[in-house]
Amino acid sequence: MSRLPVLDTDRPPQASAVKIARDKPDLLLTERHDLCPGCGEPLAMRVLLEAIEELDASRMAIGVVGIGCYTAFSPTMDVDSIQALHGRAPSVATGAKRMRPESLVFTLQGDGDMVNEGLQEVIHTAARGESVTCVLLNNGVFGETGGHMTATTVLGQRTKNSLDGRDAAYHGHPILIGDLLAQLGGTAYAARGAVDDAAGVARAKRMLRRAFQTQLRGEGFSFVEILTMCPTGWFIPTPDGPGYLDEVMGTVHVTGELKAGGKLTTTAELIARRGGREAPTA
Amino acid sequence: MRAIESRGTVTIAKQLCKGCELCIPACPPRVLEMSEAHNEQGFPYPELRPGCTGCGACLLVCPDFCFEVFLYREPVAHEVAP
Repeated sequence: MSRLPVLDTDRPPQASAVKIARDKPDLLLTERHDLCPGCGEPLAMRVLLEAIEELDASRMAIGVVGIGCYTAFSPTMDVDSIQALHGRAPSVATGAKRMRPESLVFTLQGDGDMVNEGLQEVIHTAARGESVTCVLLNNGVFGETGGHMTATTVLGQRTKNSLDGRDAAYHGHPILIGDLLAQLGGTAYAARGAVDDAAGVARAKRMLRRAFQTQLRGEGFSFVEILTMCPTGWFIPTPDGPGYLDEVMGTVHVTGELKAGGKLTTTAELIARRGGREAPTA
Repeated sequence: MRAIESRGTVTIAKQLCKGCELCIPACPPRVLEMSEAHNEQGFPYPELRPGCTGCGACLLVCPDFCFEVFLYREPVAHEVAP
């Protein structure tokens, strides 16, 4: 491989070619951001903004942004946005949607924001069947403040305050937020994706599109959880991020649609479909 | 000499790269390799070798929006050492 020549990639090709993918969505004003190397959140941001573009909803979109690393995108995201207090984005989104019912209102939250700081906000918003889409970027740690355990950290996972791994007896069990929300009557769509490989990124985009379409049809509350890599918070080299996501987080927060077309599928059923590869429970 | 065909190609904004290497295993034909040189930020960056299919997997997994993907209208042959 290394004997093969390095090709010029500084400029578009000289030979006749068609550009089939842009470096960034139009709704992102710049490629530059200060998130860490190997972070999964920019991958989720790409598909979130592309889904809005593809639904031709750019001018009607209102993002309500929580507190976390992803908050760095609110100045460079070319959609109207509101900064919420930590964990309160679903309630702010409720207000925005009720005042502007023609809008596409989404929240952008992390697991620390949604599942720790503001768990009741998202649950009540779902239970009321508010016509908003809550988007959770779940990396299992408080990434912005240095990688501490959150309510979604899986058992055995090392974080800054669970150095020997999360212990159920001492730290309690992780919350599978997608299952909690999916079972509520007000929830019309709930799904869990991951950005650990290209297929996963593409699948996460389809989930976001379905969630937004659910909202635009006025069917009720919609929720998309996207598992994202946080190699800094996980104390691992960046190339190991996708594998860690798949093997550690992904065996507990299993990806798939949890509620679609009125059909409920639990995470336990998703695990069974995968052939019963369950995560350690203690 | 032998020829390797590229059905597609990419541009790489190497100054944006933070050297995470996520694109390297994501590339199905394995035609990306990290550079020995470092960019202005001090990170190595991916370099393209012949054989790209233009599938776009690198772009989907790049957190730093470094890639654009092109599909050649006709495959391009690269002469390489045997």
